[in-house]
Amino acid sequence: MSRRRAEALKLATEIAVPIAIVLVWEAWARSADSQFWPPPSTIAQEFRDLWLFAQFRSDVIPSLMRILFGFAIGSAIGVAVGLPLGLSLWARKFAMPHVEYWRAMPPPALLPISVILLHSIGNLQKITFIAFFCTFPVLLNTIDGVRALDPTLVDTARAYGVPVRERIRRIVLPAAFPQISAGMRTSLSLAVIVMVVAEYFSSTSGVGYVLLISKNTFQLVPMWAAIVLIGVIGYLLNLAYMMVEHRLLAWHRGWRAATPL
Amino acid sequence: MLEIRGLAKTYGSGDTVVQALRDITFSIGEGELVCVVGPSGCGKTTLLKCIAGLLRPSRGEVVLHGSPVTSPPEEMAVVFQEYNRSLMPWSTVRNNVLLPLRHKSLAKAERTRLVEEALAAVGLTRFIDHYPWQLSGGMQQRVAIARALAYQPLILLMDEPFASVDAQTRGDLEDLVLRVHEEFGITILFVTHDIDESVYLSHRIVVLTHAPTVVKEIVGVDLPTPRDQLETKELPEFAHLRAYVYRLIKRDRSAPSGVDAPSTLVGEGLLD
Repeated sequence: MSRRRAEALKLATEIAVPIAIVLVWEAWARSADSQFWPPPSTIAQEFRDLWLFAQFRSDVIPSLMRILFGFAIGSAIGVAVGLPLGLSLWARKFAMPHVEYWRAMPPPALLPISVILLHSIGNLQKITFIAFFCTFPVLLNTIDGVRALDPTLVDTARAYGVPVRERIRRIVLPAAFPQISAGMRTSLSLAVIVMVVAEYFSSTSGVGYVLLISKNTFQLVPMWAAIVLIGVIGYLLNLAYMMVEHRLLAWHRGWRAATPL
Repeated sequence: MLEIRGLAKTYGSGDTVVQALRDITFSIGEGELVCVVGPSGCGKTTLLKCIAGLLRPSRGEVVLHGSPVTSPPEEMAVVFQEYNRSLMPWSTVRNNVLLPLRHKSLAKAERTRLVEEALAAVGLTRFIDHYPWQLSGGMQQRVAIARALAYQPLILLMDEPFASVDAQTRGDLEDLVLRVHEEFGITILFVTHDIDESVYLSHRIVVLTHAPTVVKEIVGVDLPTPRDQLETKELPEFAHLRAYVYRLIKRDRSAPSGVDAPSTLVGEGLLD
């Protein structure tokens, strides 16, 4: 079998299997006629009416914005704090117990206190809350990435008198970036989880809030539509991130392929 | 211009102390090309790092133009053995060579000129926008040499720079070093474990003993210049010098002059 045919077959499988699952589900749901398991066509109709028109601005946009801001702020803090911790043994000795303590904290445990301390169930509280939990994967990966820096590169920079700021910008951060990026990918999916939790328990808008309302009013179709939307958001965000990463880390793939380890 | 006086370096402390360098003294004159050769594990890299100001010696001092070296001096450039680890894989060849120039107070055009001239000198103009890992090992080491040249040092330290390239590439790179030495008038200290290489390249050879290391002998090389891979190596004087240096190192192996610690204590990994 030629390479192109193999590729085409692989792609067809990737597309065909999900379609087959949906079709089987559709057939089964129609015959079962259960109010708990609406057929995908009904969910799709609801999905279109709910998310693409009526509530796109009022609920989808706020959720997406909270994810993205929370993720961006959390990642920035993760790198900013991880960098000195990676560079200094004493900073690690001092900070690691605190980092380990807070990163083990389940998000729902901090939800009530975040509402009270921030006097908010709006964007401020949501974004702060998401950012807090997004910090840790990036922070820990930044520390590891910085610590793994090749000593020969450090010697090179020192021998040529490269000042510390330049060293961090041109050497330490790029060298650690493959690992920082792995942490950011974890944080991005964490952001979706934390968004749903925060919106479900304390909110007046967002996808998680729609989930809550549909539960309280016992409306299964919008609930399913919300579940599908959350899945799609997570999937697309990850896809977008992987495309950006693929570009930014082109050097890393090339280098890894060319360097026998 | 460069003097190494009574240099000693000890690793660890107490029972696990390892004396890498015991007492190293020699000097290099303006424009000279001096090779340091010694058995594996004799602490050549330790010596080079002390000279480069990257490592603090336990005793003794390195003096460059009359002032002691305590941190990497601006007049000095270093080429390391591991080209694939001293070049930044995320930067193009151009930006790798540019790295040591960014913090110098130079006009942008001047920087660009230095980078392009240095890459032209090592014959890599065509590859300026490639990434290092797209190049062969020998070409990568030429990028490292170009980076050193663009820095415009008075003295260039090279730490077994050609130990991990194949024999033919190695010959080409040796000739490149000779040409660069000639054209740029740079003083070069070249560390190697390869006796042929040391005889072929240098004006003088500093022969080291096993660890704890001292200078065994300084051998003058008065082979005619310009050197040539075939003609120079066919000369009876070349064979004679080669054999002479080889005996110096080999005799040292059979009767270690160092008595403080058995040489087996000094792993190659620790010191090289």
